[in-house]
Amino acid sequence: MRSVGVGALMAGDPLLSVRDLHVRFATERGDVNAVNGVSFDLHEGQTLAIVGESGSGKSVTAKTLMNLLPRSARVSGEVTYGGHDVRALAAAGTKHFFGVQMTMVFQDPMTSLNPVKRVGEQIAETLRYHLGRSRSEARSEAVELLDTVGVPEPARRVRQYPHELSGGLRQRVVIAMALACRPRLLIADEPTTAVDVTVQKHLLDLLDDLRRRRGMSMILITHDLGVARGRADDVAVMYAGRVVETADADTLFADMRHPYTEALLRSIPRIEDPVHHRLDPIQGRPPESIDPPEACAFAPRCAYAQSDCLNGVPELDGLLGLHRFACLHPTGTERGAAAMSANQAAGVTAAGMPVGGDR
Amino acid sequence: MAGSGRAQLRGRDDVLLEVKDLVVHFGAGRRRVVHAVSGVSFDVAEGETLGIVGESGCGKSTVARAIIRLVDITAGEVLFEGRDLAGLEGEELRRVRPRLQMIFQDPISSLNPRRRVRDVIAEGLAVWGDDIGSWSHDRIDELMEAVGVEARHGDRRPHEFSGGQCQRIGIARALALDPKVLICDEPVSALDVSIQAQILNLLQDMKRRYGLTVLFISHDLAVVKNVSDRIVVMYLGKVCEIGSTAEIYSRPAHPYTRALLASIPEPAAAVAADEGDIGDELPSATAPPSGCRFHTRCPRATEVCREVEPVTEPIGDGDHYIACHHPVAVDITARSR
Repeated sequence: MRSVGVGALMAGDPLLSVRDLHVRFATERGDVNAVNGVSFDLHEGQTLAIVGESGSGKSVTAKTLMNLLPRSARVSGEVTYGGHDVRALAAAGTKHFFGVQMTMVFQDPMTSLNPVKRVGEQIAETLRYHLGRSRSEARSEAVELLDTVGVPEPARRVRQYPHELSGGLRQRVVIAMALACRPRLLIADEPTTAVDVTVQKHLLDLLDDLRRRRGMSMILITHDLGVARGRADDVAVMYAGRVVETADADTLFADMRHPYTEALLRSIPRIEDPVHHRLDPIQGRPPESIDPPEACAFAPRCAYAQSDCLNGVPELDGLLGLHRFACLHPTGTERGAAAMSANQAAGVTAAGMPVGGDR
Repeated sequence: MAGSGRAQLRGRDDVLLEVKDLVVHFGAGRRRVVHAVSGVSFDVAEGETLGIVGESGCGKSTVARAIIRLVDITAGEVLFEGRDLAGLEGEELRRVRPRLQMIFQDPISSLNPRRRVRDVIAEGLAVWGDDIGSWSHDRIDELMEAVGVEARHGDRRPHEFSGGQCQRIGIARALALDPKVLICDEPVSALDVSIQAQILNLLQDMKRRYGLTVLFISHDLAVVKNVSDRIVVMYLGKVCEIGSTAEIYSRPAHPYTRALLASIPEPAAAVAADEGDIGDELPSATAPPSGCRFHTRCPRATEVCREVEPVTEPIGDGDHYIACHHPVAVDITARSR
């Protein structure tokens, strides 16, 4: 056995569990707090979508799991995978864990593939290094893998170079590489952001199908709430390095509580909206992650903000696995409604943002 | 789809920009030719917003660039204010360019990083100032405030602003010369979701305030629907379908338009989810398919589609044209709009 295996999980035990993860980068201008206390569980066969904008910490969280952060990153917190302490495995330089048990697909297939190597060789390389396959075994397995991910004429395609393939096919090759060692967990970081909508649909269908057939778990990282809605069992919404709301997908979209989740969903143009429908944007822009004030990070842009939002960071309330949100005046509650009407009456929030205007 | 034809040209008096049989070829070495745009026709009335949608490689950005002559036109006409831009050269071309301005997808790389943003916005005025009458720095302040960037930040350089702020600056630069036509090439694709809506609303406000006619290019069908009065759907350098936004979204007749509408994560109600299954292999633009260029992926394709190129024809009784041998039945008895 060349890889760190996962024993049979106890019933109800998660495959992956993350507790109070913090990631900090030292820069010339000061420490950047990229991830500030993220916790979640992922069960076998489930898909968790992590949704956020650039700078929310969603990709840094994924890279932490995969041990892909630069040395300058300071990490604290616990990551457990099938009973193993993932950060200890990383520190021990364990060879056949990352990329075997747990693999990742990145946004841009062109940068994850070696441009001067035939795609078949790139897949075979993984099989030979991690699983000790012979040259010929690896070659025929590469063809099978391309077939599995829906690449037409796989026997011909293995001999091609990345530039000879379309964007959609390249991303399929990357997925084939990620699947080569039969991972239990696949992390897909914006896997369809660089491709067209027609291709996006096929790739998401493929990932979903593979997850089901192979009983894999998946973390889908995306900025697109629409993608999360259709494809995930659970959704975690991140803002400024924190999970601000998390629930199963149906609950989150039907009964959201965090004003950021609500504002994000409202700001997106939807295909069923009337033509020239005036959009409802989120005011301002995401906060700096250097020296953030001890306050709710969304408060400056939040129509519900009260003075207590500016004194301390709200906790993510509720039990792990249930609907949790970090907000003192949640939307859809009496407290939220009271906060909103107070702000509307005043014409301004406690953080000084005008309410009721437009722009 | 994959059609030529001019049936969609309306010939109205208020048409400001008319593109007729536009062809753009690029050389690809070894005597190969990329057929980027192959006989595209449409018109844009004054004050209208025309959206152009399609997958990457469909030629939508090339059409936009050809109109303002950022790429060479192989054949066809671009009529603007009674003149054919395709034939203009030298000083004549230079003089017409301030009338058509463009904003780009990547807001940061489209601004010169070494210059202060005030100078970036003012550059066109500094060049053209004598020709368009007097101007002063008040004009720059006014533009900056109009697009939502504080004028006191005018001495900063582009890297000191976020992507959304840079796109606002790009819009101010485009508006400085008081253009008639604003061409927006994927203006919000590189922006965060929460910022996209701000920029889309700003573009609507600027359109009203400065009386602009807009060409809006995007791959995002929901964004295009939001901003456009009329839509052109393109595929591999050809027009598939063109018409009023309401028609295209409520009664899409071209199989390709329907596939696009079915592919988005939350598909449009007018189409069935399986209509998005058209494969993900775009044929090469160096050797485009015969007949209808979409036939290799089209679920309705027959022999005639492989052999005969469809031309645009009106469909239904609204503002709606389609180039397809087998359009999806549109209920023409339904109330138009």
